[in-house]
Amino acid sequence: MNGLLNWIDARFPLTDTWNKHIAEYYAPKNFNFFYFFGSLAMLVLVLQIVTGVFLTMHYKPDIELAFASVEHIMRDVPGGWFIRYMHSTGASMFFIVVYLHMFRGLIYGSFKGPRELVWLIGMLIYLALMAEAFMGYMLPWGQMSFWGAQVIINLFNTIPYVGEIVSQTIRGDFVISDPTLNRFFAFHVIAVPLILVGLVFVHIVALHQVGSNNPDGVDIKQHKDENGIPLDGIPFHPYYTVKDIVGVVGFFIVFFAILFFMPEGGGYFLEYPNFEPANPLKTPEHIAPVWYFTPFYTVLRAVPDPFLGTLAMFAAIAVLFVLPWLDKNPIKSIRYRNKAHYINLVWFCVAFVVLGVLGVKAVTPFLGELGIRCTQVYFLFFAVTHAHSRPMKVNYVVWFAVLFGITIIWDLTRYADLSGESVAIFWQLLTVPFVYLLSTLILPMFVSSFNKEKEVPTRVTG
Amino acid sequence: MKLKSLKLLLATLTLGLATAFPVANAAGSSVELKDAQVDLDNKLSMARGAKYYANYCMGCHSLKFSRYNRVATDLGLDDESIKSIIFTRDEDDVMSKSGSLMISAIPSKDAANWFGTAPPDLSLVARSRKSGDWIYSYLTSFYKDDSRPFGVNNLVFENVGMPHVLQELQGMQELEVHDDGHGHVTKTLKLAEPGKMSVGEFDQLAKDLTNFLVYVGEPAQLHRTYYGILTLLFLFVFFIVAYLLKKEFWKDIH
Repeated sequence: MNGLLNWIDARFPLTDTWNKHIAEYYAPKNFNFFYFFGSLAMLVLVLQIVTGVFLTMHYKPDIELAFASVEHIMRDVPGGWFIRYMHSTGASMFFIVVYLHMFRGLIYGSFKGPRELVWLIGMLIYLALMAEAFMGYMLPWGQMSFWGAQVIINLFNTIPYVGEIVSQTIRGDFVISDPTLNRFFAFHVIAVPLILVGLVFVHIVALHQVGSNNPDGVDIKQHKDENGIPLDGIPFHPYYTVKDIVGVVGFFIVFFAILFFMPEGGGYFLEYPNFEPANPLKTPEHIAPVWYFTPFYTVLRAVPDPFLGTLAMFAAIAVLFVLPWLDKNPIKSIRYRNKAHYINLVWFCVAFVVLGVLGVKAVTPFLGELGIRCTQVYFLFFAVTHAHSRPMKVNYVVWFAVLFGITIIWDLTRYADLSGESVAIFWQLLTVPFVYLLSTLILPMFVSSFNKEKEVPTRVTG
Repeated sequence: MKLKSLKLLLATLTLGLATAFPVANAAGSSVELKDAQVDLDNKLSMARGAKYYANYCMGCHSLKFSRYNRVATDLGLDDESIKSIIFTRDEDDVMSKSGSLMISAIPSKDAANWFGTAPPDLSLVARSRKSGDWIYSYLTSFYKDDSRPFGVNNLVFENVGMPHVLQELQGMQELEVHDDGHGHVTKTLKLAEPGKMSVGEFDQLAKDLTNFLVYVGEPAQLHRTYYGILTLLFLFVFFIVAYLLKKEFWKDIH
């Protein structure tokens, strides 16, 4: 056995790689619940690839056959329903896991130096994942597959001058049709998964170069023993491998509970209208994208001008990329930041979830206005985060005046178009950005306990 | 600011909002649906439903993703009895085999001419309509309306192009509109001419058809929860083992 290992090591750095990334990769010993989701994301990726391979053996990317081939998998292929539900549940679980993984990075400042590149690569993974999910959702060729894609692809139509050409290139036709399904299939099963796997590899290599962050945001490499091993670090294997097994089993309990007892996820994971074959002549009453896209869909709907709305939607994703350069506060973890920062993050999460919920609802005057207000809070969050970079020196009043001023300018552009009931709702919900800015900028200014940062310990706690 | 409060916040947000805003009703109908009391353990009911479906529905509505012998196996019928509901012939003009898909004989182009729209395949109607309640309510909600081509309308599916094929069994209902004077209108149906079946018998027929269609929507659901229970039992045990293993490894980490 040792002979074989030596033989391989002489030709491939097997032992070196194992040690560098697993056995002698020292991770902080204080990882908590939120640190399960990185490894879980990788697990789901593997599940999606394996189940996807089996689905590809029976699926037919042809608009005449696609819907029937999915039902063939569900009924005639032995175990087909199980594989299909693994894949469809896996898609939604992938986003749940990834959103929690990103949330972790957000609250513990994992995106900050020296891990900016880890964050950027992670954001690229998120983008690729959205493309992958979007194209995968078209393949069953149900009503929502068709009309959801119709809405998204038409967004590209709004680009001035070249929009038409861009959307035709995406479709491969003037309308969504067989060539569209074929190319989405090609992207979904080959191109994007390759990119995803490559990016995940780079994500991990970059992480292991700089080392993992932890809930205290403390750099464990500052305190090493005489052998150069971080005092607060423990080898990834066996400590985190055995711990992650617990996480994996816990995840599987949730995953299989959904798969076996509610595979439609209450109509969120598999939308009910998608059990009707795509019909280009019959527009569904209510087109809602799948839940993981809905926050951005609401941002899109918050801006009436189609092109500006599309820009706003992409900006909502793009702004996450630059987060490491917006939040310049040297303290990483939420544990030692001031309370105003905590309030800011809570607002952001609430706004994001409300945006998501609104995305599956039909627009009413109230919900439409709420969508606009949450969109404002979503974008203001990044500016307020920047303001919180140096809480002791920042001029909160100026920040408040400028940010509220920008909100008012946006509101002025649309106030003239409002009438009747909408005007009352407008004033009513103006309190949302107002109270938001009040609680994150004015509160810490007048109540010093909301502005006070705690001392960061030199070693990890707990 | 502790982990617990963050987790709690996340959980409250997702659960609270998900329940506060249920998905919009796909059918879009404003009529309240009746509870179909779907029972997938009642194989006899589903088998009766299959028989009624073949006799009254399948002339127009195919179940083109389902196979006769799969239905037979799942509902505990033998090959002979399932053959008794096969009425179609294949291209060699012999009776369709029991392994065939349950297609209907109606040419869809003619059907579209006759009814204004081609009668849809109903393999997945229970899934696209979210549950059996819609089917059950629809089947029991035909009423007399002389302004319609077939003389009937439906409370659940307004101006539907379908005739009341179960009329000889159910009889004919009439619409009664009650206005309480405050703009609140309720619509109820009253049996005007009785059919061959009693009210109770017809109700059972509608439930049998519903049970059958819910089953056909996803045959796997007959076994799915059984596998689910086994899987979860295994995972719970595995979880304890994994947790103890983790504890053992971590006991020297402080």
